[in-house]
Amino acid sequence: MIHISGLNKSFGKQTVLNDISLEFSGGKVICLIGPNGSGKTTLIKCLLGLVIPDRGIVKMDTRDMLKDWTCRNAVGYMPQILRFPEQIRMKSVFELIKDFRSDFQNYDEELIESLGLNLIMQKKMGTLSGGTRQKVSAALAFLFRPSVLVLDEPTSGLDPVASEKLKNKIRKERQRGALTFITTHNMSEVEELADNVVFIVDGKIRFYKSVDTIMNETGEMKIGRGLAKLMEANGYA
Amino acid sequence: MLKVFSYVFQEVFRNRMLVFYSLFLFLLSSGLFYFGADSSKAVVSLLHVVLLVVPLLCIVFATIHYYNSLEFIELLLAQPVPRRRIFTGEYLGLSVAMTLALLTGLGLPVLFWDTSAASLFLLAMGVMLTFIFTSIAFFASVSSTDKSKGIGTALIIWFYYAVIFDGLVLLVLHYFSDYPLEKVVLVLTTLNPIDLARVFVLLKLDTSALMGYTGSLFQSFFGTIWGILFSLFFLLLWLVIPLWLSIRIFTRKDL
Repeated sequence: MIHISGLNKSFGKQTVLNDISLEFSGGKVICLIGPNGSGKTTLIKCLLGLVIPDRGIVKMDTRDMLKDWTCRNAVGYMPQILRFPEQIRMKSVFELIKDFRSDFQNYDEELIESLGLNLIMQKKMGTLSGGTRQKVSAALAFLFRPSVLVLDEPTSGLDPVASEKLKNKIRKERQRGALTFITTHNMSEVEELADNVVFIVDGKIRFYKSVDTIMNETGEMKIGRGLAKLMEANGYA
Repeated sequence: MLKVFSYVFQEVFRNRMLVFYSLFLFLLSSGLFYFGADSSKAVVSLLHVVLLVVPLLCIVFATIHYYNSLEFIELLLAQPVPRRRIFTGEYLGLSVAMTLALLTGLGLPVLFWDTSAASLFLLAMGVMLTFIFTSIAFFASVSSTDKSKGIGTALIIWFYYAVIFDGLVLLVLHYFSDYPLEKVVLVLTTLNPIDLARVFVLLKLDTSALMGYTGSLFQSFFGTIWGILFSLFFLLLWLVIPLWLSIRIFTRKDL
């Protein structure tokens, strides 16, 4: 479904993505892990057209994601930190984002209700806590039943209840056939959700393996320990 | 784009800083018109304030707005929409809100106290400078990822056009006073949008007679319809060029 090849990006002298080639198919949850500043966020921003790579191809089926902005019709994005305009009511934020896909009608409002956002639609965004803002950006990402979901550290600021609801939603979307990218530092999240794991250090892919393969290769029963072994073997500082 | 425009407009229009701006202009202009015996003197005093304050506020406000909205702009850019449309919505939302603040603060007193050509020109130039300096501020903002650097650049640009530029012109006049400089001054004026706006308004006032030979040359040039079109053209350039450059940078930028 998504095809990346020969992707390179540097900011000034610093190489952030170094010749990355990856292939992803639908109905999978892909966890991107790696130390801070390893290039995880830059990689997913290339999928969204937010970062323009120096070289390389990013394709969704046959369409060029770097050139064709209509590809983003099928992409839902939940950024890492999000400051909303403070004076705007939550209701208007949803209306604004809906307006970009004006021919879409069949909204997925499950998260809006399960996270209790429907009760505070009239509140101004400036009055909300960080966690609530994160709930809003989660609900926005799932709103259009996207076939590709890009979630940048989705549960980092959420309370346990909300984070469980979000994980359930991610599993449901996998059932539906969506391809989900999650960047995370939380190994239990990888354990609960991941089908495949991409491990990046200094802008290079160290491994891209399915969870089953990792378990078999390392002989560990728990994915967390298996990953730890693999990461040590692959130069995690 | 209309939705982006209206969200920016709402966000900015409810900002406290903009309310103070409007109130400040309102009190100042009504005070000057009310207490001043001669309305053309009031217009001259207002002109000096407007030429300093309007560009400064636009520069500061627009850069702060840009950097504060950057995270939300990032979310908007991840939606199926070309970047150009988001940029235009941000720019128009901001400049139209600032224009409305100017029109309430300055426009209402002008309509009430003095609807002479000079005051109406002053108002029109205020609007023009709002659009120009918002566009310059966006240019400074998209050129730098660092917030403090962006705001610093914008402030230096303001300082240059509001203060340093006139000093440089005076230096030129002083050192080359043996040569005929009228045409040179004319050209120099087009290099500064604030000066263009100043000339525009001053020529509608009787005080332009006090400006000596250059003043009468300006009068004979800028006073004609061609002169007005000429200066409007350069004011428009001051709006379009920074805007075009910022769109170019913004559409190729990493966020």
